Amino acid sequence: MYGFEAMTFNIHGGYLEAIVRGHRAGLLTAADYNNLCQCETLDDIKMHLSATEYGPYLQNEPSPLHTTTIVEKCTLKLVDEYKHMLCQATEPLSTFLEYITYGHMIDNVVLIVTGTLHERDVQELLEKCHPLGMFDSIATLAVAQNMRELYRLVLVDTPLAPYFSECITSEDLDDMNIEIMRNTLYKAYLEDFYKFCQKLGGATAEIMSDLLSFEADRRAVNITINSIGTELTRDDRRKLYSNFGLLYPYGHEELAVCEDIDQVRSAMEKYPPYQSIFSKLSYGESQMLDKAFYEEEVKRLCLAFEQQFHYGVFFSYMRLREQEIRNLMWISECVAQNQKSRVHDSVVFIF
Amino acid sequence: MAGTSMAAYSSSWSTALLKISPYTFSAIGIAIAIGVSVLGAAWGIYITGSSLIGAAIKAPRITSKNLISVIFCEAVAIYGVIVAIILQTKLESVPSSQIYAAESLRAGYAIFASGIIVGFANLVCGLCVGIIGSSCALSDAQNSSLFVKILVIEIFGSALGLFGVIVGIIMSAQATWPAKSV
Repeated sequence: MYGFEAMTFNIHGGYLEAIVRGHRAGLLTAADYNNLCQCETLDDIKMHLSATEYGPYLQNEPSPLHTTTIVEKCTLKLVDEYKHMLCQATEPLSTFLEYITYGHMIDNVVLIVTGTLHERDVQELLEKCHPLGMFDSIATLAVAQNMRELYRLVLVDTPLAPYFSECITSEDLDDMNIEIMRNTLYKAYLEDFYKFCQKLGGATAEIMSDLLSFEADRRAVNITINSIGTELTRDDRRKLYSNFGLLYPYGHEELAVCEDIDQVRSAMEKYPPYQSIFSKLSYGESQMLDKAFYEEEVKRLCLAFEQQFHYGVFFSYMRLREQEIRNLMWISECVAQNQKSRVHDSVVFIF
Repeated sequence: MAGTSMAAYSSSWSTALLKISPYTFSAIGIAIAIGVSVLGAAWGIYITGSSLIGAAIKAPRITSKNLISVIFCEAVAIYGVIVAIILQTKLESVPSSQIYAAESLRAGYAIFASGIIVGFANLVCGLCVGIIGSSCALSDAQNSSLFVKILVIEIFGSALGLFGVIVGIIMSAQATWPAKSV
């Protein structure tokens, strides 16, 4: 029954929900970002971050800092918090928390396969993988030559196995096929996650379906824009769109035939939530689209915290942390390369 | 008076109900008064307690103030105990010829109803205060000015249990058994 979750949610989820809300209180605020944007060197950034919750993770780093170190340590904090919550969780919350990391698993798989294609060293690639998406046999990915082997050798034992049924072919792996594979996997993952949340019901289903629909629509727009001018046929493009979300099915029909950004804009402006995003961009410009999408996503993620007794807060917190790490990476890069005038181009304030 | 005790072999439900001893009803009423009240209090305490413990990890200052929510839930159980004790003092023995007299049945039903009133009013009051207490702990951890405002909501919630106790006591006050000498 929707509305009566308050009576039984706290049996299994009360403690963890309170913990995740405590973590949310530690997200960096606009004042912190303003301080960070005015830093001159990476050591200043380290000093400012040591006053926040990132302090214990950065304090032991030796002085010539790199931006990758900062990002790595901040990600480590996220991973520690996630693992702590995962240990304490029971079903179905533990399954929900695991679903959140499958996106990173897909990214890691694609990273290693692409890197192997371009003859990079496996160890170096493993260091670049996102820690939330690691699984045991990930190093074996470097051995596979085509998708069938990829599946048979490695992926059949991972949680990604059911997502592969649509993209097992005997073709060899090349850049185009790998991108198609990434998008097909992600489509299957989003649909699976959506169905799982619907099965959970109640406030979780409602909030997560809104967040996942936005994700599906955003990916549809990005796939469209990135495949304009490539050899991807219209049918192939349509096969990569998820079958849920605000744009399903009529928006997908229109997006599949778009050939430039203005057609994408006219297709999207029929939907009120996306019209406000596209109205911020002037004609012909697509660089600010990413930032506009991130801002809209952050707004929706923060709204998930307004209700109590649902699992959406966990998903929301992980995504907000990832956005914060992206912000820190951008700020660190701008400071390291002395381009502080561009620092506000891509920082999305959370509060 | 004629239809009650002498219709010995009539098989209607009303006769069956009238043949249940008023002491049964009284005892069940007293059991419900204490049992269901304690269920409500326990439910409320675990809802508020789990959130309070989790939130206190990042914000340890909230622990002492938010124990008030637990105390409000506990008060609900105390109401149940008090009413159960009052109800059991209302039980009197009547001679066996009088057990099915109208006055006895009335007293039995009054105690039963009083027990149900108090039990279920305290059940929902405990639930209500527990859920509000959980939200109170989480909001206090984020912003300490919210605590007193949410406490006012809890006070209104705990008044529900008090209403139940008042009506229950009024109900049981008029449970008079027939006098011993007939």
